[in-house]
Amino acid sequence: MAARTFGALLLAIAASQARAEVIHVKIENLAFTPAEIRAHVGDTVEWINADFIAHTATARDGAWDVLIPINTTRRVVLKAEGTVTYFCKFHPNMIGRIVVAE
Amino acid sequence: MMLVRITGALAALLLASGIACAQGKPTDPQIAHIAYTAGQLDIEAAQQALEKSHNKEVRAFATNMEQDHKAVNDKALALVKKLGVTPEDNDTSKALAKQAAAKRAELAKLNGAAFDKAYIDNEVAYHKAVNGALENTLIPAASNPELKDLLKTGLKIFQGHEQHAEHVAAEFK
Repeated sequence: MAARTFGALLLAIAASQARAEVIHVKIENLAFTPAEIRAHVGDTVEWINADFIAHTATARDGAWDVLIPINTTRRVVLKAEGTVTYFCKFHPNMIGRIVVAE
Repeated sequence: MMLVRITGALAALLLASGIACAQGKPTDPQIAHIAYTAGQLDIEAAQQALEKSHNKEVRAFATNMEQDHKAVNDKALALVKKLGVTPEDNDTSKALAKQAAAKRAELAKLNGAAFDKAYIDNEVAYHKAVNGALENTLIPAASNPELKDLLKTGLKIFQGHEQHAEHVAAEFK
């Protein structure tokens, strides 16, 4: 019985991991592209900085604040449902949005 | 009020010296010199802030100014080399340097929060004036497309700096 429950749990984890996606956002010419993405809880957002200056991806609600140096990629796992607006701390004219569904 | 006066003065200065250029508009070698000088002067302002300020936000801003303006100026140097253009000193560059030297001397006398506020207020005013000059004078006057593109990218970066400076300045109100 315990083994069956454990097996079911493993299956459930495997299934949820299979569903979790990595969504890519390119930073180029002072813009997040695409500027708006749709994701699910558990998905990962990966930013790649193709500009020649450093940027950040900083959630307006303070949930995360990621420094993205030149020619690097940085990731954040989305843990909560809702819409997150984020910006670059160094260049606040750069704005992105993530709509996170359950 | 003071901020508005400084911005106005700098904008008038940029405009007046711009008009003073031959044929009424600056040439590519002059534009390259003005843009490079404006960046270099902001790097020097940042270095003064890093020597004097203990405020975390001000230091983070100054560090970013030093890095970003150096990155843009490195691009500008590489581009003028590639194009075979020799940047040419001119009245606008000279006026910018003179005004920056006066500001640096003024800021040198201040310390602590008074320095932080004066530095960041000047950064707002300076970026506003330079961005205005880029948008209205330098970008339209640039004839080489690669120079024009770099100036446009620079403008986006510096508009970001203007907003960043405004955010930091808001903490000193």
